[in-house]
Amino acid sequence: MAKLLDVKGLRAGYGQTEVLHGLTFELEQGGITTILGANGAGKTTTLRAICGMVRVAGDIVFAGQAIAGKATEDIVRLGVAHVPDGRGTFVQLTTEENVRLGAYVRSDKGQVAADLDRVYHYFPRLKERRMQQAGTLSGGEQQMLAISRALMLSPKLLLLDEPSFGLAPLIVQEIYRILRDINTKEKVSMLLVEQNANIALGIADHAYLLETGNIVMSGTSDVIKNDETIRKSYLGY
Amino acid sequence: MEAFLHQIFSGLAAGGIYASVALALVMIYTATHHINFAQGEMAMFATFIGWALIEWGGLNFWVAFLLTIVIAFCGGFAIERIVLRPLHDKPVLSIIIAFIGLLVIFNALAGWIFGFTIKAFPSPFPTSPPFGNRFLNWHEIGTVGITVVVLLLLFAFFRLTPLGLAMRAAAFNPESARLVGIRVGLMLALGWGLAAAIGSVAGMLVAHVVYLDPNMMAGILLYGFASALLGGIDNPGGAVVGGFIVGVAENVLGAYVIGTELKLSVALVLIIGVLLVKPAGLFGRRIVTRV
Ligand SMILES: Nc1ncnc2c1ncn2[C@@H]1O[C@H](COP(=O)(O)OP(=O)(O)O)[C@@H](O)[C@H]1O
Ligand SMILES: [Mg+2]
Repeated sequence: MAKLLDVKGLRAGYGQTEVLHGLTFELEQGGITTILGANGAGKTTTLRAICGMVRVAGDIVFAGQAIAGKATEDIVRLGVAHVPDGRGTFVQLTTEENVRLGAYVRSDKGQVAADLDRVYHYFPRLKERRMQQAGTLSGGEQQMLAISRALMLSPKLLLLDEPSFGLAPLIVQEIYRILRDINTKEKVSMLLVEQNANIALGIADHAYLLETGNIVMSGTSDVIKNDETIRKSYLGY
Repeated sequence: MEAFLHQIFSGLAAGGIYASVALALVMIYTATHHINFAQGEMAMFATFIGWALIEWGGLNFWVAFLLTIVIAFCGGFAIERIVLRPLHDKPVLSIIIAFIGLLVIFNALAGWIFGFTIKAFPSPFPTSPPFGNRFLNWHEIGTVGITVVVLLLLFAFFRLTPLGLAMRAAAFNPESARLVGIRVGLMLALGWGLAAAIGSVAGMLVAHVVYLDPNMMAGILLYGFASALLGGIDNPGGAVVGGFIVGVAENVLGAYVIGTELKLSVALVLIIGVLLVKPAGLFGRRIVTRV
């Protein structure tokens, strides 16, 4: 299968501190790849590096284009949508304004309207709360909102930063079920970072393990799931 | 009674001016968390340009009025790009110094180009008493009308257009705004342009009343600031209401209670009072956030 994202020797950090020390990983067209790692391993930084939110060195090729060093706004225009750490809600705006903002760079008005319906179809709760100030939504609803906003870009690649974080198990299941739907029905590729290895390995086809800014293991999800060390330290059985 | 009504109406006319200045301050504050001290001088300078277009260029008032708004918009946009953009990651103090620098430069430049003598600024409105009522005048009615229309247009722009929504998004949450592809820097510059444009409207309307000179906006900026604080410095609607409240209060108190000499102190007392008693202002935002 064709590579959608090809990252080689990715270094990134904040100020003088380097956080990622040369990551190499890839993502297949239509696939779901997960990067697992403990708190502070550099998962968020990896996603931020891909969409130009931190200074980077190394190669990032997305859909055949070198994007390392490009501005976030331009990377977004290539079809990379980011569901960020902390959900990135525009708390003062309404739910619907938040969702509509996701389509800001698109000019195909008719298709945008259809996509809005589609997103509300995935997340009917957001439709009920269309006019509500988004800051008053629950954590789970805000996570759904962040995913909806990202989908409104009609992206080729969805970057997901711990969508399970801080949510009740039932909500997490619901969100992952919808993510799987989106991947199979709409062929949106996903790069998912998670601390919750169980759930991430359940949805992803490939996995990488990140430890303090280095990739220490990689393989198909099945291989990783059955690995002794992973089982002990990340899956807890 | 009629005299009292007139004080109220004059207050509303002044209020429209304060509301416009307050809104300009609030627009930049919400996006950057800075108070642009140079907002008044920028408005003054734009008003001089309007004056020159009329007096030197021989243009019709309304043509000059619209042209000045466009020039002010471009000027505000350029100032953000050229002066403030390079400072965006510098300490607050550098930015404050840039504001003070702009204030001094515009003040000096206006005097140097246009002279320090006080000038009459024309009014586009008739001088006859409206409806035969000698307590009213057309300029005040026109001022209320124009400022209300400008404010309504702005609210429509911010509420109803995708660009307006993008500007609000960029101001509220720059990081998330970039993630949906909004060019945040450009939005900021547009905000500066709009703020300068609103300021120029206020300047051209008030210049007929206070006369045009390089220090014309000093007191008005203070009232505008008091209005913005009263309404809530991060709340555009509140700032507008604050402007009208301050305008009416200033006129009524000035006429019946404290006299015109002390009017400006009302603004100062109000500023200190609001800061002490209700720092968020009457309509300051309480953002409810759940995590
Ligand atoms: N804004 C920042 N400034 C400085 N250091 C940071 C910043 N954000 C994260 N870090 C550091 O980078 C490392 C990786 O963080 P992060 O990518 O957020 O990890 P994860 O998402 O895996 O929990 C941590 O040591 C963290 O302290
Ligand atoms: Mg993280």
